[in-house]
Amino acid sequence: MNTADQYLKAIYLAQRIEDGPASTGTLADLLEVSPASVNEMIGKLEDRELVDHEKYKGASLTNEGLERAHDALQTYCIIERFLANVLEVEEFKDEARALESVIDDTVAERLDTIIDRPDQCPDCFDAEEDCCELLELEASGHAD
Amino acid sequence: MSLGQRVSSDHQLTRLLQIGVVLEELVESRAAHHIESLPPDERATVDEEVEELLAEAATESADHRERLEALIDDLEAETVGYEEINALVDAQYGPPEDTDGVLYDQLANEETAYKFYDDLIEAIEASDSEFAVDRERLLETLSGIREEEKEGVEEVTAIMEQRA
Repeated sequence: MNTADQYLKAIYLAQRIEDGPASTGTLADLLEVSPASVNEMIGKLEDRELVDHEKYKGASLTNEGLERAHDALQTYCIIERFLANVLEVEEFKDEARALESVIDDTVAERLDTIIDRPDQCPDCFDAEEDCCELLELEASGHAD
Repeated sequence: MSLGQRVSSDHQLTRLLQIGVVLEELVESRAAHHIESLPPDERATVDEEVEELLAEAATESADHRERLEALIDDLEAETVGYEEINALVDAQYGPPEDTDGVLYDQLANEETAYKFYDDLIEAIEASDSEFAVDRERLLETLSGIREEEKEGVEEVTAIMEQRA
């Protein structure tokens, strides 16, 4: 997943957490980058008409941005589910975060052919918990 | 969340190699399923070339898997067994409608694998980290596999073009 998609996903989640525009501070926390980096990227996303930015309020996704964020979150859900249910990784949330930048959408689509993902994905993603609220975990890990 | 493509630890490298193994197991299993899923009359008319392609893809994936497993062994980790992935494929498998569908799926397999190794190589090259497995051997193995995936894409594309 490329950096722009990671930002769009973070804005989507931050908007859900804050129930309004995503603030720079929340995005910086979610993405573990500096507020200056966030502002720079928001500017680029605004130029591409994926995000609307209002000073002192924050960033909101445009319809096109929302669509891309939705796809990015779905890719993320596939990675989390694959790690949790196929590789049976206990720390699947941390690992999904570490791996998302290296896993391409096409790779995630292939992995999706062997996981059981609910139809409403990614609406069932819990932004606060950083994982799908319907995810059932296996009893123990074996691929470590 | 981690921005920027780079592999920074043995743990992360191991996980990515394990994903590579699963992708190879998927190719192997889907190729076997494709042949079995075709109705007997269509199966008889499936070009020898396509059947050969699927058989070759399965053999090549098994070989790639072994090469990845050797690296994972050096990193002292395990992989998910083929039977387990085969069972998961079985549970969710929807057979393509016809031979063209089989070829499209095979093309997607090869392209996905190529993209995966390409990204992985780039992420390893972007990192200064030292791994428990020799970096040169690691990159040589992955580059070799990537090259074979590229040839696989070309092979499927050529057959598709012939049939068009």
